[in-house]
Amino acid sequence: MIQLHDIVKIYPMGKRELTVLRGITLNIERGELVAIMGPSGSGKSTMLNLLGCLDTPTSGNYFLEGKEVSRLGSGELSQIRAKKIGFVFQTFNLLPRLTALANVELGMRYANGSDRKLAIEALERVGLTGRASHRPTELSGGEMQRVAIARALVKNPPLILADEPTGNLDSQSGAEIISILTSLHAEQKITLVMITHDADVAHQCQRIILLKDGQIVGEEKS
Amino acid sequence: MKKWLEPFTNAWVGVATHKLRSFLTILGIVIGVAAVIALMSIGKGATADILSRIEGMGSDLISIGPGARSFGGVKGALGSVQTLTQEDAIAIQEQVNYINVVSPTYSTSLQVVAGAENMNSQVTGVPPEYQDIQNLEIAYGSFFSAYDYQRGAKVVVLGSEVKETLFGDTDPIGKQIRMGKNIVRVIGVLESKEAMWGSPDNAILVPLTAMQQMVAQPRTSQGERIVSSVVLTVSDEEQTDYVVEEITSLLRDRHRLGLGVDDDFSIISIQEIAENVSEATGTLTLLLGAIAAISLLVGGIGVMNIMLVSVLERTREIGILKALGAKERDIWLQFLLEAAFLTFAGGIIGIIVGWLVSYIVSSTGQMTTIVTADIVILAVSVSIGIGLFFGFYPAWNASRLNPIDALRAE
Repeated sequence: MIQLHDIVKIYPMGKRELTVLRGITLNIERGELVAIMGPSGSGKSTMLNLLGCLDTPTSGNYFLEGKEVSRLGSGELSQIRAKKIGFVFQTFNLLPRLTALANVELGMRYANGSDRKLAIEALERVGLTGRASHRPTELSGGEMQRVAIARALVKNPPLILADEPTGNLDSQSGAEIISILTSLHAEQKITLVMITHDADVAHQCQRIILLKDGQIVGEEKS
Repeated sequence: MKKWLEPFTNAWVGVATHKLRSFLTILGIVIGVAAVIALMSIGKGATADILSRIEGMGSDLISIGPGARSFGGVKGALGSVQTLTQEDAIAIQEQVNYINVVSPTYSTSLQVVAGAENMNSQVTGVPPEYQDIQNLEIAYGSFFSAYDYQRGAKVVVLGSEVKETLFGDTDPIGKQIRMGKNIVRVIGVLESKEAMWGSPDNAILVPLTAMQQMVAQPRTSQGERIVSSVVLTVSDEEQTDYVVEEITSLLRDRHRLGLGVDDDFSIISIQEIAENVSEATGTLTLLLGAIAAISLLVGGIGVMNIMLVSVLERTREIGILKALGAKERDIWLQFLLEAAFLTFAGGIIGIIVGWLVSYIVSSTGQMTTIVTADIVILAVSVSIGIGLFFGFYPAWNASRLNPIDALRAE
């Protein structure tokens, strides 16, 4: 599913350069549930951005479903994000002026076009049937994150990337979100990569990758 | 939902979300479009008004007056030489095609006395055809006949204002007035009529034959009888230019003007005046429209300002849309359509407001206004064009945002 080969990412910082990733080589199989852990500044988010085709590496190769994507232009990257990747963010990133249902439909806009029926189904799958017409401000944090998950999975992508999905939630909501994500993974064989600070969350994943100073320093399999 | 419809509905949602802001943004466009439409309609109305007055004088009318003669490069004033003669009029009648009737006139200033009222005014001797040529209507009484003309009857037809001065409200028909040393009988009063110049309201018309008996008509050195003007109507208005040319060459011939010598007469056709006037008022209308268009431009800059703010404010939204797979085209299309939507709505409201203003102006009766389809189409297309033009830069800015930075924005 995902093959990273010697990925390096350098950000120019004024006159100096900041090397964030120093040669990451990694394979993730289709249907894997992977957690990425590491201290702040270890390059987790940068790595997830690269995996999500929001950014391109300075050097190295990234194969997504066998296709080299590290040298693509912004238009082709948009196409890949639209069709193949669902994002779940720490801060939910819903559009406040749209209802829950409309936010979910937004997930399909650039893929195959909006389809209300599919959006309602997606809301059902995250257990929010009754909240379809609520706006994000009328929802709790856990509910907002469930809308975000519905938005990510509504286009049925092969890969879902989650950046600390429980980071802004209390522990009970967090646990619910994790159980939704793990059961989705189990039912639909979606490849799921998530960044987390929470060891308990990480241990519910099949594989844990430890990142430090832009390098993979360890791997655990449970 | 149809896929091609989505950008439009998205743009509509974007506009409808910020109702007050959207309204304030389009206010500039509304005022601009309304001003263009109202001012242009007033300009066009004024043009039509003036033209209809000119046409009222008879669009087939050609008037020939005495001109100036140059003496060694110094040009005298119009009318400073008296070369136009009754014989010229006869020659024109006989030799130029597309002409109905030719009427020479001779005016002179005379003391006019009726009872206790006394005024010094211009008395004009004309043939009976003059009535038709000048489109004169008789309010009461009658105009003098061909028979009156032949026998040189001492009768007079008064303009409405002259009648008012001399007789007040009393009936003047059959009354006698003294004109210089002669006694003439009033046989008719003209209907009041607006005209650009030489209003018939101030006219005192007598048969030219009678005039020749009352005052000594001057003659040229060749013995031709000098007249003040020659008026005529053309039978085919299309041929006005041709007729003017023919008369010019005929008169130059008769007056023995050599090459390079200026005309000693001047020819004015109502058609030419109408053309000149409508050209001048057309320029004026354009000027009014241009002034109004400046406010449209200012409105467009307002739209650009708001769109830039809107892009800044929605940076995070743009980041989210990009993460969801929106291409650059999707982003700029959305913002561009929002801007075009705003200005289009502004254009429509502006048309309604402008139309109302021009309706109110014309209903006061002071001015005529005409709203034509071309003004409306122009105003709407310009307003949409302004939206696209001033929306382009903000939209392009939005589409170029880096999704990672945009997602981090607060």
